Amino acid sequence: MSCQLQGFYQTNFIYRSLHDIMSGLFPCNLSIILAGLMFAFLLVNILLASTAIMTWGERRLLGRFQTRIGPNRWGPFGLLQPIADLVKLLFKENLIPTGADKFLFIIAPIIIMVPVIMVMGVIPLAPGVAMTNLNVGILYILAITSVSSLGIFIAGWASNNRFAIFGAVRGVAVLISYEVPVVISLLGIVVVTGSMSLLDIVEAQALPFIMVQPMALLVFFIGSSAEMNRTPFDIAEAESEIIAGYHIEFSGIKFAVIQAAEYGAMIVTSIIIAVVFLGGWSGPLPLTLGWLWLIMKVLVVIFVFTWVRATFPRLRIDQIMAFCWKGLLPMSLINLFAVVIETFILKGSGNSLSLIDLWIMCVINTIIAVITVIVLNKLVSTKIDPAMSKSQLFSSRKLSVRN
Amino acid sequence: MNIKTEPMTINIGPQHPSTHGVFRIRVSFDGEDIVEVEPIFGYLHRGTEKLAEERNYVQIVTLTDRLDYTASMTNNQAYCLAVEKLLGVEAPIRAKYLRTLTAELQRIASHLIAVGFFLQELGTFGGTPLMYAFRSRERILDMFEMLCGARITLSYMRPGGVFWDTSSEFWEALDSFLEDFPDELSEMEDLLLNNEILMVRTKNVSPLTAEKAINSSLSGPVLRASGVKMDLRAIDPYDAYNLVEFDVPVGANGDNYDRFWVRMQEVRQSLRIITQCKDQIEPGPYRLELPKVIRAEDGAEAYATVEAPKGELGFYLVSDGSISPYRMKIRSPSLINLSAINQMLVGWKLADMIVTLGSIDINMGEVDR
Repeated sequence: MSCQLQGFYQTNFIYRSLHDIMSGLFPCNLSIILAGLMFAFLLVNILLASTAIMTWGERRLLGRFQTRIGPNRWGPFGLLQPIADLVKLLFKENLIPTGADKFLFIIAPIIIMVPVIMVMGVIPLAPGVAMTNLNVGILYILAITSVSSLGIFIAGWASNNRFAIFGAVRGVAVLISYEVPVVISLLGIVVVTGSMSLLDIVEAQALPFIMVQPMALLVFFIGSSAEMNRTPFDIAEAESEIIAGYHIEFSGIKFAVIQAAEYGAMIVTSIIIAVVFLGGWSGPLPLTLGWLWLIMKVLVVIFVFTWVRATFPRLRIDQIMAFCWKGLLPMSLINLFAVVIETFILKGSGNSLSLIDLWIMCVINTIIAVITVIVLNKLVSTKIDPAMSKSQLFSSRKLSVRN
Repeated sequence: MNIKTEPMTINIGPQHPSTHGVFRIRVSFDGEDIVEVEPIFGYLHRGTEKLAEERNYVQIVTLTDRLDYTASMTNNQAYCLAVEKLLGVEAPIRAKYLRTLTAELQRIASHLIAVGFFLQELGTFGGTPLMYAFRSRERILDMFEMLCGARITLSYMRPGGVFWDTSSEFWEALDSFLEDFPDELSEMEDLLLNNEILMVRTKNVSPLTAEKAINSSLSGPVLRASGVKMDLRAIDPYDAYNLVEFDVPVGANGDNYDRFWVRMQEVRQSLRIITQCKDQIEPGPYRLELPKVIRAEDGAEAYATVEAPKGELGFYLVSDGSISPYRMKIRSPSLINLSAINQMLVGWKLADMIVTLGSIDINMGEVDR
């Protein structure tokens, strides 16, 4: 039979099974296309469903952090809460403010949402299983996620609201600045792996890259939480200052889409961290259960994101910028230089790095990371003059005018 | 290249999550920097001073509850002290202790709100510290319920004493509160006092010198944070404050951090006062026998102040010999503390403005009256 999937798609478990179903019903070429479409359909809906679960999960977690309960009314443990929220938002009036740019106002949530979904296309979920094995996967992710900032600016601009413009300008400023260290931190990974394909990156992780390049993970984690507008970098939608920032005027389903995009971005970022730094599907479980291992890693990353959100106060915009250019950028550059030199020396004539090479890099890079963080902390952090804080207590007896 | 720019004016409030009620500020921004600030209030005006002229002396107590509704106990106290001064009487010793004790509990509750919302405005999502603060405040409100049946608008104090004596239930709740609360407070302090982000956001932000603070006649934690040793409880003790010992925390720079620090320390000192009151209090009459309808002499006038959680709260009463005062004037700390707002805000950023407002700790019920 000539109707066969080729190369990567032949080894891809999901493609193969979808294709098997389709080829019985449709002509050959059509069945290949339909299998691809079905895979895409599944992926998008799984992502959207998990954003819904994510909203519930984050609210429950935040509740725990804040000594309260969180949503627990509808369904077991309040699990059906996202559905209730969605139904409420669906039936809300779809307001478009006076003076808003109608067309841009309507497409803004879509522009924010689409990149998040598109990123899922290159992410490997199990050995050999991805929507597509793009050989420039990392580049694709970095390029696509930047489009969201355009959506944020359009949303703020089209709303005809000054709070929204504040949020939009802040959001874009942060996104553009933090893009730089994030890209450089991922470059270190590419140098070690010698490939931009995410599948290759996972397979190269005989030792998870969290140990090989701890500083890259730190920069990527902080940088991506800034790009996602999460505390302590959530100035684009700082609720206590500019209420909701760029999405202040969005209501109903548009608001739901923006929220879904935010949570989706968090899931996608967590998956990228799990794949690029935590070894993806590799783990003590047998390879067929790799997806389970990946989900566990993603959940851990999401938990850390939520934990940070529940703990830290927000930084001011100038402090965020200073932190990016004076803190993260040097860190990512130092990491890149170290990795390049190490790779150059260790690789020698061989084509790839062995496990021992990775362990050597692990030790060196951890030491470099610790030193860099300490030194930068000394150099960059805002100086608080010790002589300044001489607040003290005075006894009430001595102050009284009656004595 | 020469681009034409102009400042952008934004109305913050009256409906805004961080303006503590219906407060409105019209702010001109140059980018993120504040150029001009114009506070506008009066959205919550209820005419309390005029209403007081239509009611008798005991009924007015309920009006004072609604001034600073996060600290109605100290409002009652200030008013009752003014009436007692007007009549020339003094409350029995047990009542004095009870007033001191409940006023300090109220100070803790009010400072917990102030600190909680201050940190909420710093941007801790959903207010983790706010929830921590409310957990403790809830227990204080429960105790107030045991005292007088109300949680917010208490009306617990009366001219000449307090409304009702305490129950054993209250003392048990107080004991367990005094046992747990220091730990809960330490938990909050661990989370906050040395937090790096909190430091860079608040240290040396919106500082106010002692001279400026005095010139704007500020009072309360805002004044003390600027380095002025001024606490009415220590300087001119009323009720049982001369019988207890405590420290007055005084800041050095008058910045947002100091205002926050002073409040956190005052909570600890309040605990000290409460413990001493609890140990020293003895059974006895809790209220003076005053006539049901109080009348003061014609032409008598009195002014009494207390150190309310937000600052110096004063009541000025003039009597014309009838059953209600001829005039009641309220010196509300929130309103007067707002008078330095221009000096504190201009030149800082939008994010600092919100935090500074939180650090002044205003209450619109008291600003507008």
